[in-house]
Amino acid sequence: MGELRLMKGNEAVAEAAIRAGCDGYFGYPITPQSEVMEYLMAEKPFERTGMVVLQAESEVAAINMLYGGAGTGKMVMTSSSSPGVSLMQEGISYMAGAELPAVIVNVVRGGPGLGTIQPSQADYFQAVKGGGHGDYKMLVLAPASVQEMCDHVKLGFEKAYEYRTPVMILSDGAIGQMMEKVVLFDQIPRRTDDEIIKQCPWASNGRPKTRNHNIITSLDLDPAGQERVNLKLQAKYKVMEQKEVLYEEIQCEDAEYLFVAFGLSARICQKATDLARAKGIKVGLFRPITLFPFPSIEVSNVGNRVKGILVVEMNAGQMIEDVKLSVGCKIKIEHFGRFGGIIPSPDEVVRALEQKIIGG
Amino acid sequence: MTEEIIIAGFGGQGVLSMGKILAYSGVMQNKEVSWMPSYGPEMRGGTANVTVIISDERISSPILNSYDTAIILNQQSMDKFEKTVKPGGLLIYDPNGITRFPDRRDINIYSIEAADEAGKRGLSKIFNMIVLGGFLKLKPLVAPEYIHKGLEKSLPARHHALIPENEKAIELGKELLQAIHLVN
Repeated sequence: MGELRLMKGNEAVAEAAIRAGCDGYFGYPITPQSEVMEYLMAEKPFERTGMVVLQAESEVAAINMLYGGAGTGKMVMTSSSSPGVSLMQEGISYMAGAELPAVIVNVVRGGPGLGTIQPSQADYFQAVKGGGHGDYKMLVLAPASVQEMCDHVKLGFEKAYEYRTPVMILSDGAIGQMMEKVVLFDQIPRRTDDEIIKQCPWASNGRPKTRNHNIITSLDLDPAGQERVNLKLQAKYKVMEQKEVLYEEIQCEDAEYLFVAFGLSARICQKATDLARAKGIKVGLFRPITLFPFPSIEVSNVGNRVKGILVVEMNAGQMIEDVKLSVGCKIKIEHFGRFGGIIPSPDEVVRALEQKIIGG
Repeated sequence: MTEEIIIAGFGGQGVLSMGKILAYSGVMQNKEVSWMPSYGPEMRGGTANVTVIISDERISSPILNSYDTAIILNQQSMDKFEKTVKPGGLLIYDPNGITRFPDRRDINIYSIEAADEAGKRGLSKIFNMIVLGGFLKLKPLVAPEYIHKGLEKSLPARHHALIPENEKAIELGKELLQAIHLVN
């Protein structure tokens, strides 16, 4: 077993990046995720593994540093919170277009605009439907614990390279700020230059005489060429939909009703599940772990066995669209949400189930 | 066993670190724990609180609206959290700075004169450990040897020489506890 520690979610992200063999972190401070860079600066991975940690002059600079680093095959990460991630959207779209691997962590806070520094899940659409321009997707992971904040960094880098795609970890202020037990995986050595050349034959990191220039770009002015790029991306997303879906079912076997929730909301719904069952309501919880690819078939399988579904999100109703597309219109599907940094209490969620689904 | 605790007071009273030491001690005793601080506008206004859950099972929601125990160190926190203690639950408060005393009759209430006593003995910096001692006397969730390990893990190495003093403060807290109202 790996090393056991009590850590904040943000700290776990930072330590996991070092241990995953990350080559560079570029970021700009913003609450509630500033501990990521604070931890890295205190931990000095530039002495531990040689990893670069750099405070950029802005989020726009940070994401473009990612573009540059990833273009050379280096393993790079950034983190920010909602307003900062909005600034990064152009860069993320360029990275998706140029097929560059990277991990981007969004510790979501309430919006719109500067909003608040309290937790929220209002960036689901931005993460899953493409906040930037063009037909692109990212693999989107939704951790619900500090342990998953750690594990998703490692998994995120693996998938980023497997698919040559940016990967987003969609967390929130509560998961970032809270401390839980975490078992850290052992240090993975940073790749040598030779290993990077072998793993990333596409990377622009010095041309040997044996091949032509590698060009990292998202630009192709010839529409036929640009359509080929799009077809290649779409084919890649199809494979991700078939192979990369992750989810968790809790007490679904005998459920008559179902909560669907991700991240922090799923933790609250788990407590709500226990409270409701103590009152004799047989409810289960379906937790998507990947938001893209969305576990459509899996939620439909469970959803079509129950009498009604309550989708609980800290937003005004975003993931519910994907739940409805997956499950169809045969059963009642309602949304319950709190916004602007308010976290719903487990009691409130049970009441919403009783009012909107059971009584409604 | 699951114990859901809110610790609330002013920033600088050691509310967050008390919670961290308790949580780390739980980790060392192989319990499941969560530690969820206030980090929002209220913290910037001077008050701080932290929810600590210690359990033998996987912890579901790290955020709660009712608690088994409330440890309350200022009036604002009393106003906010007295009503959130579950019936039959526990409220411990330091009377220093309290102007409206708790009046619920369905919970167990104890006071601990930690701030006063810490001031007299020159222990103001570890005032929070006195309070923690009072809590541990009533709810011995974590054994003393694991509290020791929790202190070792939570405090930076340069402060490890202060661990015995922290442990003495915990013992002092156990003596200072006074029952105010008991349900049974």
